[in-house]
Amino acid sequence: MAIGLYSLLEAAILCLNAVCILHEERFLAKVGWGVDQHKGFGEEPGVKSQLLNLIRSIRTVMRIPLIGVNIATMVLKLLFG
Amino acid sequence: MDVPSEYRATKPSQKRRPKGNKGGQPAPQMAPPQQAYYNDFNMQNQQQQNYMQNFGQPDMFFSGYNTGGPGAPGPEQQFAQQYLNNPMASMAMQYGSSLAGQGKDIVDKNIEKVMSSSKVKYYFAVDTAYVGKKLGLLFFPFTHSDWSIRYNQDEPIAPRYEINAPDLYIPSMAFVTYLLVAGMVLGTQDRFTPEQLGTQASSALVWLIMEMLAFSLSLYVMNLKSGIKYLDIIAYCGYKFVGMTVSLLAGVMSSSTVYYFVLLWFCLALVFFLMRTLRVQIVPQSEVEDGHTRGTKRSLYFILSVSLVQPLLMWWLSSSIMIYKRL
Repeated sequence: MAIGLYSLLEAAILCLNAVCILHEERFLAKVGWGVDQHKGFGEEPGVKSQLLNLIRSIRTVMRIPLIGVNIATMVLKLLFG
Repeated sequence: MDVPSEYRATKPSQKRRPKGNKGGQPAPQMAPPQQAYYNDFNMQNQQQQNYMQNFGQPDMFFSGYNTGGPGAPGPEQQFAQQYLNNPMASMAMQYGSSLAGQGKDIVDKNIEKVMSSSKVKYYFAVDTAYVGKKLGLLFFPFTHSDWSIRYNQDEPIAPRYEINAPDLYIPSMAFVTYLLVAGMVLGTQDRFTPEQLGTQASSALVWLIMEMLAFSLSLYVMNLKSGIKYLDIIAYCGYKFVGMTVSLLAGVMSSSTVYYFVLLWFCLALVFFLMRTLRVQIVPQSEVEDGHTRGTKRSLYFILSVSLVQPLLMWWLSSSIMIYKRL
């Protein structure tokens, strides 16, 4: 199976989009992955809280650049297929 | 081109030739920038002298002035003389060299922002003995007893002196060798086109990047505080290319069953190697009394999953080259 670098880039963009879409109140809190429910000063953050931290930080950092990257990808796909 | 020995003796500074300059080509267009970057290689002064005396000359053995040459200068030297005497040409040469120097400065500054070059240089500080021993370790790690890395004030010693330290030389060389051997194997099967080299390269690179991302992500999520740096991760993920190359070679020289056996051997060896090496590097947290058992279990899971992913990838990448269905 030959994967090219462009496929990797597209997959990365899609995954980041998926992570950024998860809404804090509407979805994550309902599932039990909300941030306030787990933020405490435990000595050892477990796997779950690390994951939630990761999701939150990806959302915070990548929201704005992803808008630009998505627009660029859409334009390129329209032009070059 | 033969040069009489007494001529060569008059230019002792010419004896030290810059690396990669065999075969009578003019000195490379790297005008020496005044940076510490080149001090390691100790070539700066020689390059400057070689460059200043060699530009415009097709033959490196002669200096810029053809005094005392053997007999009458040949046609090439005459042409070079005219070329050299032209002031515009020499000015253009110097301008070009200064431009190249500036370009190199800009590139170096930008690369410094992304990746510190001194850290990368650490991984390439290897010598032949280290490479030989490390390859022997990759082939047969079962008898090696001491896997710890000696540290020198919070920094690991250069791989030249410590066999257990990871390096980037072997993985990068193994990667390129793997691509070439893959091309050769495809050629024996009449499946080779030049684009195949590119597709195999990007495919292997993509799997490598994905593996590295999974590695770093799981290190972060499982909260394993270890001394592993990102370049170490590249090194550990790149060691499997050695096994893949050798098994491809073995398979192409004899049948597919030999390929499978050699691949199996290298998978076992690599799993053992990685488990031993990572167990030393990933120190489980033992400060928190509650997290003591959790930490060790998590690190064990992590090491196991990393080591077991390697044979999978080795098989996946190389079997697509070795085994194919005849259409």
